Amino acid sequence: MGFKSPMGRARGLGSAKEGTQHWWHQRVTAIALILLSGWFVISLIAMAGASYEEARAWIGHPLVAGLLLLTIGFMFYHLKLGLQVVIEDYVHGEMVKLGTLMLSSGACLVGALACALSVLFVTFGG
Amino acid sequence: MSAQDRPLSPHLQVYRWPISMTLSILHRITGVGLGFGTLLMAYWLIAAAAGPNWFADAQAFLDSWIGRIILLGFTVSLMFHFCNGVRHLFWDAGKGFELNTARNSAIAVLLGTVVLTVATWVIGYEVRG
Repeated sequence: MGFKSPMGRARGLGSAKEGTQHWWHQRVTAIALILLSGWFVISLIAMAGASYEEARAWIGHPLVAGLLLLTIGFMFYHLKLGLQVVIEDYVHGEMVKLGTLMLSSGACLVGALACALSVLFVTFGG
Repeated sequence: MSAQDRPLSPHLQVYRWPISMTLSILHRITGVGLGFGTLLMAYWLIAAAAGPNWFADAQAFLDSWIGRIILLGFTVSLMFHFCNGVRHLFWDAGKGFELNTARNSAIAVLLGTVVLTVATWVIGYEVRG
């Protein structure tokens, strides 16, 4: 309560200066994933039924490993952003929402780490 | 007209469910589904890093009928999310909002999903021999 106008209350509080960041990052990762997921799917098709050695040789190739790491990064970040929107839309209790957000973001981070480390192990582990 | 008599929106008796709404919710469902699908990708990569026995287990799982059903679901979801995602990017650029265009692009997305899914599996089986 007070005698300030809505404009007066808003002025000076400032914005977080990142109002469009989430939206924009989702789009940028989407555009990157058009190329990366296209490459990924075509590669997997070509790899259908590959042996252990063939699969490791493919993952360990420097160019492939680099593209895989890019794909993993963009994919899990895109997933984290997307899950966040879905959770914010459908989960309403503040505590449950916070918990679910932490859980989904954490799971995305763990997934990305597990995938990236596997690629690095195959590449450098010998 | 009193407040209670006012028509509700959407007015259920004259309401036709537009195809774009189905695609909209499918975009979210396939997105969440693909999120769970990344577990499969993680499993495959971890298995390749962990050793030949792990990798053989992963390949055997993907080769089983349940593995193939999951892979098929993954392919359909990915192709749909891919096509409809491109449709969303056009909307983000301010293009394709006309009702006719939006309906036609929805149909194109569904066709694209079917064509890309079938192509993936046919070529995959060809490669596999």
